[in-house]
Amino acid sequence: MTQPEVLSQEFELGYTYTRSTGPIVGRFLTELRRKKLVGIKGSDGRVYAPPMEFDPQTTEALSEFVEVGQSGEVVSWCWVSEPRASHPHSKPFAWALIRLDGADVPMLHSVCTATEAGMRTGMRVSAQWVDKPQGSITDIACFVPENPAAAAEGLEKEAETDQEMIKGIEVPVSLTYQYTAGEATSRYLSEVRQGQLTGQRCPRCRKVYIPPRGSCPACGVATDEEVALSDKCTVESFTIVHIPIPGNPIQPPYIIANLVADGANISFIHLLSECVNEEVRKGQRVQAVWKPMEEWDYAMDNIRYFRPIDEPDVPVDRIGKLPVSGWEG
Amino acid sequence: MREAAIVSFAQLDCVRNAGALNEVELIMPVINGALSGAGLGSVQEVDFTCSGSSDYQQGVAFSFVLGVDALGAVPPINESHVEMDAAWALYEAILKIRMGHADSALIYGFGKSSPGELPAVLSQQLDPYYLAPLWVDTVSLAALQARMMLDQGIISELDMAEVVARSRRNALANNPHAQLKGEVTAQQLLQADPWVSPLRKHDCCPISDGASAMVICTLERARQWGKPCAVIRGIDHRIESHNPGVRDLTRSVSTEHAASHAGAANGRVQVAELHAPFSHQEIILSRALGLGDGTDINPSGGVLAGNLMMASGLSRIGEVAKRIIAGEVQRGVAHATSGPCLQHNLVTVLEAA
Repeated sequence: MTQPEVLSQEFELGYTYTRSTGPIVGRFLTELRRKKLVGIKGSDGRVYAPPMEFDPQTTEALSEFVEVGQSGEVVSWCWVSEPRASHPHSKPFAWALIRLDGADVPMLHSVCTATEAGMRTGMRVSAQWVDKPQGSITDIACFVPENPAAAAEGLEKEAETDQEMIKGIEVPVSLTYQYTAGEATSRYLSEVRQGQLTGQRCPRCRKVYIPPRGSCPACGVATDEEVALSDKCTVESFTIVHIPIPGNPIQPPYIIANLVADGANISFIHLLSECVNEEVRKGQRVQAVWKPMEEWDYAMDNIRYFRPIDEPDVPVDRIGKLPVSGWEG
Repeated sequence: MREAAIVSFAQLDCVRNAGALNEVELIMPVINGALSGAGLGSVQEVDFTCSGSSDYQQGVAFSFVLGVDALGAVPPINESHVEMDAAWALYEAILKIRMGHADSALIYGFGKSSPGELPAVLSQQLDPYYLAPLWVDTVSLAALQARMMLDQGIISELDMAEVVARSRRNALANNPHAQLKGEVTAQQLLQADPWVSPLRKHDCCPISDGASAMVICTLERARQWGKPCAVIRGIDHRIESHNPGVRDLTRSVSTEHAASHAGAANGRVQVAELHAPFSHQEIILSRALGLGDGTDINPSGGVLAGNLMMASGLSRIGEVAKRIIAGEVQRGVAHATSGPCLQHNLVTVLEAA
């Protein structure tokens, strides 16, 4: 058979993280919202800015906050000549470890200068705040080469004092991937696009899998023999869903079933509809209800759902063992 | 204490983009290679299976569970997984063997980094309050580390370029699986523009797709199987603070400790495979392990020649084992790392049986 194209698609993976901050990080973020920087005293008296919750040497819980300066010294730096889309700046900039005045342990943040020539180890830099701090490390837009006049001006524009302590923050993460379906999946989806369900047979145990993944998970051997399957199936198992699932457009109650296509030995999952929910049972015969052909895509929802057909039930011990020609009862 | 030994090792070519291959299709060849190298027909013949991978690399939830489809896990097998480099899966398997819970184990690691932007993805493993929201990437963190070493006169840019030139040369001579190899001099490399200054692109490991696997067992089982092996005399791992500001980035204290506990210095180190994703880190690691002129460092080219994120550490151990099993050397050290700027380090000492 001809090799279908390998399917590939961009997708964005988002995590809607909400994080509790605890009293130490929460205090630091609360101070950031007021355009102030605080550190914390370690067991040996060294000041960590940003504050750490526990002393990295002694593991002692730390609690003695110290206000530190808005300026400091660059301990190390690198120059990002080609910023990434995820970086905080679109023009070339530096990342730096900055030891703030009054602190002993350096913090990591960005430094913006016009060119790399503007950077050097040991240089003095000052925090540049965003207009409306939210209580995030990104309230510091970046550090810039120290300019005492600008610093004084910055103090005049001090943020409104919001006393409420930050206890949690929202930090959604979004990552973009170019997902490529495997060879087996690409072939399977290309057949589905033509309205055909296709499995793969294991060369060792002879079982037919749908959807195929290129291997027999039971034997651990590669599969490549393709087997055309019927869109008539037998219900192997099912559940009636009563709980609305966020983001799912289907209104409960509805039925999700494990279905075994005629000619296959292993079930796949799909929806069951046009049925009396209370009468759905193991061994029941069903058939695919396809979308109109012009809507077919590389997707299993080319099949809207399966619905019962007028054929006798399959005994439990015969489920998953029917030929592609079907079931006569 | 029951000792464990490596009897076989298999790895795929490191490629920038494995394209159509899914995790099962990546893993199956190395699983079969490692099993057949040990004279075994199926995963059912080992007592324990452990893998290392990270779902974030290709953005597929529970991809390690999908990977089990490559094994043949019917009837059910005794299986585990670490969301780390598979060198740590090996560590778990060795503990199983030492405790008497298994006589043999299959270990594999796989990574398909090509679908995502790996340095940005890895920024999200950092402190979620102070660092991850800045999206500071792994290359930039390593560049901060390199600058400190250059500023303090610990290394020069020429030292860094020489590491890269040797990697390319060794990969060309010894490693058919390498992604980057060739004859190039340090002077030629220094002509390149900085990328994330002070790092040039060649100072950074490439991004690779692939997998590697090995079979380990007790010495008694290796004798029964009639297989030559590399004995794991010591293995230890140590981690440093998540806050790069509190660490001395110019050395690797955790590697020093792990090496000491693994007994790296209890004999001559003929060969060392170091998991150094950036050129200056190979120098840090050589010093932390006390390696001198008598040691052949990264004969495979190391990860500068190909970096299978989540399998590279295991591959370093496999590369040393391979040379011991072939009788080329009697004793070697392998190192694996995890986290930014060599935060977490594992040292394995291997000897001929």
